[in-house]
Amino acid sequence: MIQLAIIIVLLLAATSFILGRGKARSLAGANQVSLHSRPVYHGAYGAIWVAMAGIAAISLAAGLGASIIESQLMATIIEAAPTASNIQRELVLSDAIALASGDIASQEDKLRLQIADSYASLEATRTWVTAFIGIAAAVATFMLTLRQISLSWRARNRSERIVSYFLWGAAVIAILTTVGIILSLMGETLNFFGKIDWQVWKYLFGLNWSPLSGVQSGEMDPDKVGAIPLFAGTIMITIIAMLVATPIGLLAAIYLSDFASPRVRSIAKPMLELLAGIPTVVYGFFAALTLGPFIRGAGESIGLTVASESALAAGIVMGIMIIPFVSSLSDDVINSVPQSLRDGSYCLGATKAETMRLVVLPAALPGVVSAVLLGVSRAIGETMIVVMAAGQGANLTANPLEAVTTVTVQIVMLITGDTEASTAAGPAFTLGFTLFCVTLLLNIIAQRIVNRYREMYD
Amino acid sequence: MKDLDAMPVIAKITARNVDVFYGDNHAIKDVTVDIGDKAVTAFIGPSGCGKSTFLRCINRMNDTIDICKVTGEIKVEGSDIYDPDVDPVQLRARVGMVFQKPNPFPKSIYDNIAYGPRIHGLASTKADLDEIVEYALTRAALWDEVKDRLTAPGTGLSGGQQQRLCIARAIATAPEVLLMDEPCSALDPIATAKVEELIDELRENYAIVIVTHSMQQAARISQKTAFFHLGELVEQGNTDDIFMSPQDERTQNYITGRIG
Ligand SMILES: Nc1ncnc2c1ncn2[C@@H]1O[C@H](COP(=O)(O)OP(=O)(O)OP(=O)(O)O)[C@@H](O)[C@H]1O
Ligand SMILES: [Mg+2]
Repeated sequence: MIQLAIIIVLLLAATSFILGRGKARSLAGANQVSLHSRPVYHGAYGAIWVAMAGIAAISLAAGLGASIIESQLMATIIEAAPTASNIQRELVLSDAIALASGDIASQEDKLRLQIADSYASLEATRTWVTAFIGIAAAVATFMLTLRQISLSWRARNRSERIVSYFLWGAAVIAILTTVGIILSLMGETLNFFGKIDWQVWKYLFGLNWSPLSGVQSGEMDPDKVGAIPLFAGTIMITIIAMLVATPIGLLAAIYLSDFASPRVRSIAKPMLELLAGIPTVVYGFFAALTLGPFIRGAGESIGLTVASESALAAGIVMGIMIIPFVSSLSDDVINSVPQSLRDGSYCLGATKAETMRLVVLPAALPGVVSAVLLGVSRAIGETMIVVMAAGQGANLTANPLEAVTTVTVQIVMLITGDTEASTAAGPAFTLGFTLFCVTLLLNIIAQRIVNRYREMYD
Repeated sequence: MKDLDAMPVIAKITARNVDVFYGDNHAIKDVTVDIGDKAVTAFIGPSGCGKSTFLRCINRMNDTIDICKVTGEIKVEGSDIYDPDVDPVQLRARVGMVFQKPNPFPKSIYDNIAYGPRIHGLASTKADLDEIVEYALTRAALWDEVKDRLTAPGTGLSGGQQQRLCIARAIATAPEVLLMDEPCSALDPIATAKVEELIDELRENYAIVIVTHSMQQAARISQKTAFFHLGELVEQGNTDDIFMSPQDERTQNYITGRIG
C-alpha cells in the first residue's frame, strides 16, 4: 500500500513536470524569450517539490503512526497486566506483532492474541492514513507549484538552489563518514593507550609485538605492544615493492609516451592498465603459491636459507601490482609536458633520448615523484598480498629472505582471530590509526608536489 | 620571376620540386626556391598556405610528425638533407629554429643557453661555456637585462625577453641557418622592434628565413620575399620588387589586402 502511494507520488511528480513545462510554454506563446526560466526548469521545479513533499509526508506519517500505535498498545498491556515488568511487557508486544504478521511467537495467550488483533487493525489504518496523507501532500504541492508558474517566476534559480542543497547533502554525508571513521579510530586509539598506562613510547618504539599473549580481562602488557617490528616489516616490503615498481613503471611510461609508435601505444597502454584491474587476492596467491616457492628453490640452489613466506616474494608481487599505478600516473605527467618544449630541444639538435633525459623528465619530475609517493601509500596499505605471502610472526630483521609481518597483516589477525573482539580491537584500531596517519602524510606531500608542478605550466 | 642567377647573394639552401603531404592533404606543391646566405628571406602568404610546413622541411622537423611525407630535394650548402645518410639530429644543430610562441625550458637562463653547447660538446671548460652564453645573450640583445640573474628561471622572463632568450639559445649552438616562424606574433611593438633589430644584425652571419603575417615587417627586415598561396610558391624575388611591382595577380591581391 505504502509502496503504491510512493509510486503514485512519483507519477504525480512526473505529471507535474510535464504540465508545468507545458504551462510555461503556453504562457510564453510565440515569445519564448519572455520567460525568465526555460520551460524545463518550471517543470523540474514542480516535480522536485511534489516528490519531496509526498515522500516527506509519507515518512513522517508512517513514523508518527508507528509510535502512536506502540504507545497505545503499551497502554492496553499495562492495563491488562499491571504487575508485569517492563521487559515482560515488551516481550508481549513483540510477540503480538509477530503473531499479527504470521510469525512464530514465544508464547500464545489471550492477551497476546488480543493485542495482535488490535495491532493488525491499527496497522491497517496507519497504512491507509499514511498513503492518503502522502498523496494529499503531493497533490496540494502539485496545485500550488503549477499555480505559481508565470513569465517572471524564477523557477531556474529556485530549482537550482534545491539541487545544490542535495549536492551539498551528498558532500556532507561523504565528509561526515570520513570524520566519523577518523573519530572512532582516534577514540579506540586513546582507549588502547589508556590500557597501556599511557606509555605511548612503548607502542611507538617497542621492539616486541605480541599484544594478545597472556591477555586476561582486557589488560595489556605495555612491553608486548611494540609496533616497530611491524612497521619495519611494512617498510621493508614497501621498499622492495617500490624498487620493482618505480623503475619498471617509469621506464614503461617513458617508452609509451615518447618512443612507442601510436599502434604499440594503443595496445600496450590498456594492457598495462589491465594489471591494475587484477584483484589483489589473485596477486596474493600468485605470491604465496608461485613466486614464494620459486624464490625459496632458487635460494636453496645457491645455498641460501629462504623462508617460504619471504619479504622478497611479497614485495616483488606487490611491486608488480603497483607498476600500472606508477606508469599511468607518470605517463600522464610526461604527456602533459608541452610538445613545444620537446620541439625546442629537437631544434637544437638534441636526440629523443637527450630530450627525454634533459628536458622532459626534469620538467615532469615532481609529478613522477608524487606518482611514486602515491604508489608507496598503496603499498603500505596493501593487505591481501601480505596476508597470503608475508609471515605472521613479528620479526625484526633486515634480511629480505626471512619472513616478516606487516601492520596490515597484524590488523587482520587481530580482528579475525578468536580473541574477544573488545580486547583485540584496541591494538588493531591503534595500528589502523597509525597507518592512516602515515598514508595521509604521504598523500599530502604528494599532492603538494603535484600542485607546485601544475603552477609551473598553467 | 627574376632569373635566380642574377641575384647578388649566394644560395645557402636550394629546394627543388618539394612536395609535402599530411596523409592525403597535399600541403606543399612542387616548390622550388633558393634561399640566400647572409640575407633575410621572408615567407608570406595567407593562413594555411604551407609556410610553416615548408619551413619545417628545412630542418626536417616534419620527421617528428608521423603522417607527414616530404618528396623532392632540399640542399643545404650543396648536400641533400633528405639523403638517408644524413642524421636529422646533426642537421638541426646546423639549422636552428625559433618558434611562434617562446618556449624556454623550465631551467635557469644560463642552462637554457648552455643546453645546445653542452649536448654538442662545444665548450671544453666552464669558462668556454660562460663565454658562449655571454656571446649568445649579447647577440640576442638580452645580456644587459639578465646578466645579474643568470640562475633565475627562463620561464620567469617577459614574453619578449623569452623570445630573445630562445633566439639566443638557437645562436648558442652556432647554426648556419636560422628559421623563424612568426617570431614576433606574440610580442608587443617594442619587443618586436628589438627582435627585428636583432634579426637585421644577425643577417651578417646567418641565412635567415622568417615567416611573417606582417607585410610591413617583411618589407622592413627582408631582402628576399617568397609568396605562398594554397601550397604553391607563387612568386619570389627581391623584397622591393615583390612589394613594388608584383608580377602575379594573387601576390598583388594579397599585398594590397584583398586575400588572406
Ligand atoms: N601536423 C599537421 N598534421 C596535419 N596537417 C597539417 C599539420 N600541420 C599543418 N597541416 C596542414 O598543412 C597545411 C599548411 O599548414 P601550415 O601550418 O604550414 O600553414 P601556415 O602557412 O603556416 O599557416 P599560418 O599562417 O596560419 O601559420 C594546412 O592545410 C594544415 O591543415
Ligand atoms: Mg604557420
